[in-house]
Amino acid sequence: MATAAAHAGAHEVHDHKPSFFARWFLSTNHKDIGTLYLLFAFCAGMIGAFLSFGIRMEMEAPGLQYFSNPATYNVFVTGHGLIMVFFMVMPALIGGFGNWFVPLMIGAPDMAFPRMNNISFWLTVAGFCSLLCSLFVEGAPGASGAGTGWTVYPPLSTAGHPGPAVDFAIFALHLSGAGSILGAINFITTILNMRAPGMTLHKMPLFAWAELVTAFLLLLSLPVLAGAITMLLTDRNFGTTFFDPAGGGDPILYQHLFWFFGHPEVYIMILPAFGIVSHIIATFSRKPVFGYLAMAYAMVAIGVVGFVVWAHHMYTVGLSLQTQSYFVFATMVIAVPTGVKIFSWIATMWGGSIRFTAAMHWAVGFIFLFTVGGVTGVVLANSAVDKYLHDTYYVVAHFHYVLSLGAVFIIFAGVYYWFPKMTGHIIPEWAGKLHFWLAFIGANVLFFPMHFLGLAGMPRRYADYPDAFAQWHKVSTYGGHIFGLGMFVFVIGVVLAFRSKERAADNPWGEGATTLEWTLSSPPPFHQFETLPRIVDEPGAH
Amino acid sequence: MTAAPSGPGRGAKRTAIACAGLAVGMVGLAFASVPLYNAFCKATGYDGTPRQGPALAASAARTDDSMVVHFDTNVAPGLSWKFVPEVSRVEAKLGETKTVFFRVQNVGSAPSAGVATFNVQPGLMGGYFVKIACFCFNEQTLQPGETLDVPVVFYVDPAVRDDSNTAHLSEMTLSYTYFASKNGQPVKATGAKSGSSETKGDF
Repeated sequence: MATAAAHAGAHEVHDHKPSFFARWFLSTNHKDIGTLYLLFAFCAGMIGAFLSFGIRMEMEAPGLQYFSNPATYNVFVTGHGLIMVFFMVMPALIGGFGNWFVPLMIGAPDMAFPRMNNISFWLTVAGFCSLLCSLFVEGAPGASGAGTGWTVYPPLSTAGHPGPAVDFAIFALHLSGAGSILGAINFITTILNMRAPGMTLHKMPLFAWAELVTAFLLLLSLPVLAGAITMLLTDRNFGTTFFDPAGGGDPILYQHLFWFFGHPEVYIMILPAFGIVSHIIATFSRKPVFGYLAMAYAMVAIGVVGFVVWAHHMYTVGLSLQTQSYFVFATMVIAVPTGVKIFSWIATMWGGSIRFTAAMHWAVGFIFLFTVGGVTGVVLANSAVDKYLHDTYYVVAHFHYVLSLGAVFIIFAGVYYWFPKMTGHIIPEWAGKLHFWLAFIGANVLFFPMHFLGLAGMPRRYADYPDAFAQWHKVSTYGGHIFGLGMFVFVIGVVLAFRSKERAADNPWGEGATTLEWTLSSPPPFHQFETLPRIVDEPGAH
Repeated sequence: MTAAPSGPGRGAKRTAIACAGLAVGMVGLAFASVPLYNAFCKATGYDGTPRQGPALAASAARTDDSMVVHFDTNVAPGLSWKFVPEVSRVEAKLGETKTVFFRVQNVGSAPSAGVATFNVQPGLMGGYFVKIACFCFNEQTLQPGETLDVPVVFYVDPAVRDDSNTAHLSEMTLSYTYFASKNGQPVKATGAKSGSSETKGDF
């Protein structure tokens, strides 16, 4: 390990970078592409957040305040969902942190296919542009944009949207999906073939494990989405009837195909976060993570079982009792490996020398909030309960607890943890902590009342509602404002970091940070590990 | 840069090709799911798809138990047909072969062709509702004003009582919808669906 650090330092001297255009537009460097992905995710996230701001403003009071046409409200909801899933969380966790730290952690000089990496990124950007276009062309009669929800169910997405907006949205998914599949091939090839000598799979850091499982999920699920939306496209434009009963098709088939992709997709969004939180908890507890192998195989188990539970999104379509029983059981089984992970994180902290840095705040906050979301997930897994709660705000609360408060909290945790490594600058700890508390309080005030709204019967995707729901909607909107305030603190923290003269040490977090990226300089040299590091023992295990 | 650590080796290329094959295979599976799903629905009656088959032997019928079958008829926008059942419901003994006539009439001013789709509710009854003959298997063409009486021959499988999902049911609905068609393929309705684009486009 020490030799690896020495070599990295020596290389920094003759570290020549290409010109600005070649470096950032024709980039083949995994760290630069990771940076591009993170910046892209931030910009897309801001647009997605603006859309959610529109949703919360409208929902603050009954009646139509800001949207004269409720169809436009549905376009905001759809845009928010698609952007946050495909253009914020996935680019940040997979393209951003994955590109940055998988090669560093496994001791590889770069990704296996650097040019394909570049294509992946620009396909994602092109997809985002297509999605933005869809907002401004006609969708439903008399309204612009696709108001189909992120699920794009027919017949609303076919007969209900004669305009080209849905076609643009489908192309957006095709492009970003192609980018993600290429990225997944790149990650799998890199991890399976380019680990440093001595780093067996069972010595590989958990974040690399998480990205490996995620890449396999992408590879198996995204092509199914691509197929389903291609059929949707031909149904819309070329007179096929895959999902149109007039020609013998069945709209339910689309739901099966969509959720065969859609359920693994939610694990695609959360597994990289699982990897990151393991490193943060271990680092700031100054202990190796508890139950390393169980942690790795729990992610594999979540990935495998994630493919056989899809119909729990479809309890209301008329499944037989036996089918429902199976999907209830299979869904609840996922709580077991997830529980293994939650308890292992707690066991890692147990007896550790804990430092409550900003990153640790976010990681511990994640564990709490993800568990809340997990518990409501077990509630929703019951088909009998779900028939009542289906498409209500209870479901909205559930998936925002696991995604908005799960994946997004860990994106910020990752930023506060790795910012010194990525940039060499240091975000003031107070900014990270203040941001955390604003986000933690804001998000809970924002999403917890949605449980009450859902239990009381408030349905999703409606711009207006009866007066009885007004109080909790108002509270929820206030929570959104608090969360938004936190984003300003984040930006201020980043600006202060770049203005400060203080420079990060190679390993600013001390002895708990044992993975290979901390053996390099901060920021790492443009090309690292030209002499491969040799892993003699499990890093920091004994 | 030395060649040793950089660039994908043969192993890496093999991995990448295997991954790409996996992705292509999954696209193929997504499309293969369409005929597979149809076959699955036909075989199991899944999602309210009625079974098709020959009549039961008379001895298999149960005289002590019956099912009330309601009939529901619809005509999709774009087809000027009238479509009504001869009776709104029948009581069928389990296993007994029943014949019911439906009357379709072209009330428009031009000859038109239609094909009917069918479904039963509750969806779980699909596997126990067996059609022996049905007008809905074929396309019909009607001249203006022409009226046609079309039959459906069916029975309700007595096995319906052995399935815990359906044992308690005493009523069900058979629903038909006529769509405009051309050579067995549906044609887009000229109503809400393409109406807006037709008024706007110049073609």
